[in-house]
Amino acid sequence: MRSLLTMLGIVVGIASVVLTVGLGLGTQKDVSDQIASLGSDLLIVSPGSSTDDSGMRGGFGSAETLTLSDADALASDVAVPDAVGVAAEKTADLSLEYGESNWTTTVTGTSTSWTDVRSRELMYGDFFTEDDESSAAHVIVLGSETATELFGSTAVVGQDVTIDGDTFEIVGVLAEAGSSGDTSLDDIAVVPMNTMVETLDDSGNSESVQTIYIKAASSDVLSAASQEAQTLLLNMHGISSVDDADFTIDVQDSLIDAATSVYEQLTILLTGIAALALLVGGIGVMNIMLVSVTERTREIGLRKALGAAPATIRNQFLIEAMILGLSGGAIGVIIGVGLALALPSVLGSTIVISGLALIVSVVVAVGIGAVFGVYPAARAAKLAPIDALRDQ
Amino acid sequence: MTPTITAALDPDAPVIELTAARKTYLTGDIEFEALRGIDCQIYPGEYVAIVGPSGSGKSTLMNILGCLDVLTSGSYVLAGEDVSHMNEDALASARNRRIGFVFQQFHLLPSLTAVGNVELPLVYAGVAPGERRERALAALDRVGLADKARNHPGQLSGGQQQRVAIARALVTEPAIVLADEPTGNLDSRSTADVLGMLDDLHGEGATIVLITHEGDVAARAQTVYNVTDGQFVGEGMGIAK
Repeated sequence: MRSLLTMLGIVVGIASVVLTVGLGLGTQKDVSDQIASLGSDLLIVSPGSSTDDSGMRGGFGSAETLTLSDADALASDVAVPDAVGVAAEKTADLSLEYGESNWTTTVTGTSTSWTDVRSRELMYGDFFTEDDESSAAHVIVLGSETATELFGSTAVVGQDVTIDGDTFEIVGVLAEAGSSGDTSLDDIAVVPMNTMVETLDDSGNSESVQTIYIKAASSDVLSAASQEAQTLLLNMHGISSVDDADFTIDVQDSLIDAATSVYEQLTILLTGIAALALLVGGIGVMNIMLVSVTERTREIGLRKALGAAPATIRNQFLIEAMILGLSGGAIGVIIGVGLALALPSVLGSTIVISGLALIVSVVVAVGIGAVFGVYPAARAAKLAPIDALRDQ
Repeated sequence: MTPTITAALDPDAPVIELTAARKTYLTGDIEFEALRGIDCQIYPGEYVAIVGPSGSGKSTLMNILGCLDVLTSGSYVLAGEDVSHMNEDALASARNRRIGFVFQQFHLLPSLTAVGNVELPLVYAGVAPGERRERALAALDRVGLADKARNHPGQLSGGQQQRVAIARALVTEPAIVLADEPTGNLDSRSTADVLGMLDDLHGEGATIVLITHEGDVAARAQTVYNVTDGQFVGEGMGIAK
């Protein structure tokens, strides 16, 4: 009973370590899942330079330096081997009409790879096809918000909308994707690039595109893909120095930064709690071991009289302290795992139980027993046998 | 620590040889001379009693003889080994190999069985578990408690507990059995029992040093040393029985 109370500190400490690591890993997993869904492996190429020595920085995305041939070149496996998909976007804010209602949204012309590159799925119908693209078909895919604004419903596949007098058949509705910054990802209309160029674009520069999205094979090769894309585009544009680049390659990293800082604060807080609990637990072990040494003075004296060397006595008490730590650690791991299994259903957060973390926790608990057992064990070893035997 | 126990001792050389043994305790600023120059030789097979009132220095003498404490000056040769200036580890080893203790309080560990208690000195001598168990059982058999080997001390009478303690003292085949008031906590029947056992051991050739304040207990011994004020009364003379 008394040793159980002693171990409480270690139990709490280890349980919170298990939870901390579990929550940390869980949060990390949640965040990376979330980012993956928005494209953590996504590079965004925009026209215009972010570093312009002349100070004549063009409005971001306003310069017409990116072209459809840039996008075709980036799609090459040879030039950019770390990219798995490329989608250029040519956009225009246009008014969509259905009967009496109309809604102005961003109409995007792009290729069939768009759904894959932008990690989008369809709620209804299908995305347009290669045939639609090559024939510049009058087909359109709506975002869920756009569909709702126009029709009051998302089940609108097969309906027609009118843009600038041209009629488009709705072939699909995108599943919801939330928002990125202040832009809703669900208020959007997508048409084939050729349709955009031939029917809707009135910019006078049919070749230029606003943005090229490049999907890297994984987030690990993101910077490699970025490097390859940069080299290729510099070549295509005949620019020798990176400083003179007329385009910018960005990563969707603001989300990652925000999520990481939240995760780090959480980790610091929980680690602090765990460290404090372990310290208290360690002091508890030291306390109980000192009491134990005092209570067992006669036993120590007898063992010494029978020939136990000081080191033998010291080891005996050290091992006892380590067993206390081990038991506390084991109970802590069991409670921590129990909580880790029970909490997600209550909190709705993900907790990942890592086997390595469990092993490390138990080792740490034994280590705490050893560290805080050193002083009591040394006291036991130093007891003079005659004094110890005389103790009543 | 050597696993071999006592080598055969030279029967003509003293097993205990104290020369001008002095022990001074410092309590604060006050010096207290517990032993004031004791000379004494005890030969193998002797049964010696050391008697004296409390405060006479006989407990100090017992601690010195048991290698539980070291002399301030003078020398102590135990079974041919000078233990006067040994460090803690060497003293522990000397106690383990040379001395079998029997205490007034029995000093058995309540968590261990009788045989476990008897095995304890062999654990510290580094004897292998199988041999340990065998020798401990033989020692228990020698004190007539073979059937109580699995009992814990709490399940044994005072006399039986002291017999377990004697078995523990014998199990290492020590040079001397040092018994400190072995009957102080026993009723008269158990006292007779334990003293009879010491007589038997003496009959089998063991060297026994008995420390007591009771005259009738001391009367069992061949030689009686009287300690008063840290000295043997009458120039360390034994009183031959």
